[in-house]
Amino acid sequence: MKSIAIAYGSGFPTLLYKEVLRFYKVSFQTVAAPVLTAILYLLIFGQVLQGKVLVYERISYIAFLVPGLVMMSLLQNAFANTSSSLIQSKIMGNLIFVLLAPLSSFEFYAAYVIAAIVRGIAVASGVLLITIWFVPPSFEYPLWIVVFALLSAAILGGMGLIAGIWADKYDQLAAFQNFVIMPATMLSGVFYSLHSLPAVWQTVSHFNPFFYMIDGFRFGFFGVSDVSPWISLIIVAGFFITVSALALRLLQTGFKLRY
Amino acid sequence: MTPALWVNQISKSYGELLALNDVSLQIEQGEFFGLLGPNGAGKTTLISILAGLCRADTGTVKVMGTNVQTDFRLARRLLGVVPQELVFDPFFTVREALHFQSGYFGLRNNEDWIDEIMANLDLTSKANSNMRTLSGGMKRRVLVAQALVHRPPVIVLDEPTAGVDVELRQSLWQFVSRLNQDGHTIVLTTHYLEEAEALCQRIAMLKQGQIVALDTTANLLNRYGVSAKSGSAEVDLEDVFVNIMARDLV
Repeated sequence: MKSIAIAYGSGFPTLLYKEVLRFYKVSFQTVAAPVLTAILYLLIFGQVLQGKVLVYERISYIAFLVPGLVMMSLLQNAFANTSSSLIQSKIMGNLIFVLLAPLSSFEFYAAYVIAAIVRGIAVASGVLLITIWFVPPSFEYPLWIVVFALLSAAILGGMGLIAGIWADKYDQLAAFQNFVIMPATMLSGVFYSLHSLPAVWQTVSHFNPFFYMIDGFRFGFFGVSDVSPWISLIIVAGFFITVSALALRLLQTGFKLRY
Repeated sequence: MTPALWVNQISKSYGELLALNDVSLQIEQGEFFGLLGPNGAGKTTLISILAGLCRADTGTVKVMGTNVQTDFRLARRLLGVVPQELVFDPFFTVREALHFQSGYFGLRNNEDWIDEIMANLDLTSKANSNMRTLSGGMKRRVLVAQALVHRPPVIVLDEPTAGVDVELRQSLWQFVSRLNQDGHTIVLTTHYLEEAEALCQRIAMLKQGQIVALDTTANLLNRYGVSAKSGSAEVDLEDVFVNIMARDLV
């Protein structure tokens, strides 16, 4: 091996590409399956409750349901991408290849979270495309849709990173997913408007940051929401900063990664 | 000349267990150096500290004069590590694994070098095979290739021949010896003492986190071998190792 002058760049693009390729190689499981699940929700809840529930005037229940389901799919898959990738790499031991490389904490964080955004957006786009067949789409404020989709996917990608770093086994990760992420998304207004809840549950819902993600996202579709989209944006942005800061802190200290 | 590795007063504990206790050593550029010791002596902990996989409680480590903590980017580019565990990513092929490892180090358009490493390690025919389908020996070759993909001047092999057949062992040592002749510093840990005796110019022996012997292989054989065997019986590194490990720590 002869020594030659080598121009080094950043390892970030490769780690991002690897993380995207990882879920793309099993896209039947990582993209197609969650799209099918969301469509089943739409068929069952939409058909059963259509005509019986009116959330907003001029908006059918099935139309109301679509943004919630799109966002729910986006959130759950963004979380699943980072968390499953990290826990698999930790348990298989191949995370060592990334840890040996001259990647900064920020490059590590950015690659994993952007890959989570890509998967979240891929699944969300799949759900949205298929729902067009059931209900004509409405995009009142597309910019709000994009902003809330990106921020929310980044938050859940960051939470997945934290969960993946913290968990030592699949069981712990499943607990995080089933007892934190799943209830928070299901009880965030995917299937109902906050105003249809009793007062006490309305108050409780205001402490669920996932509610603001879905409410702000839905505003982009209909121009109607339970709270002002600006308030939702501030809360979601604050949550994003908090989650990112925590994830970066864990990476910088090497918590459960570098002993 | 700047030493290839400079380890100064490194200590590391895992709870109550003192894995490394005030370890200092210096390895010169171009050396073939052996790091020996029984299981749990602290060899892998020391390698992990060199590689930035774990952090020392006290002390300083430099690779080619570069501090592994304060200038970790450069230090990691100067070091190639073959891990002890047979780890791999089951999603990817051999070529993809090497391409990614090259990319993590910020190297683009490195395909020629990747092809050369694969040819040297007899991996070319397996380039497009998924890592899952490879035998243990082949996976070990890929680990070696991954450690070399960014052309590091210092290469650390942590028990690279554990569970490997004779043919691969010999071809691996031929390749590593050639790297050493080309000027690369090699640090080897192994339980096969005859390999260490044949390959390493200098050897450090670790026991319970402390260096208990550090000298050239020839000096170790002369100094400790005589007291290990009486009479004219031929002395080898295994005799020396047993002799040293039997002594109480100071």
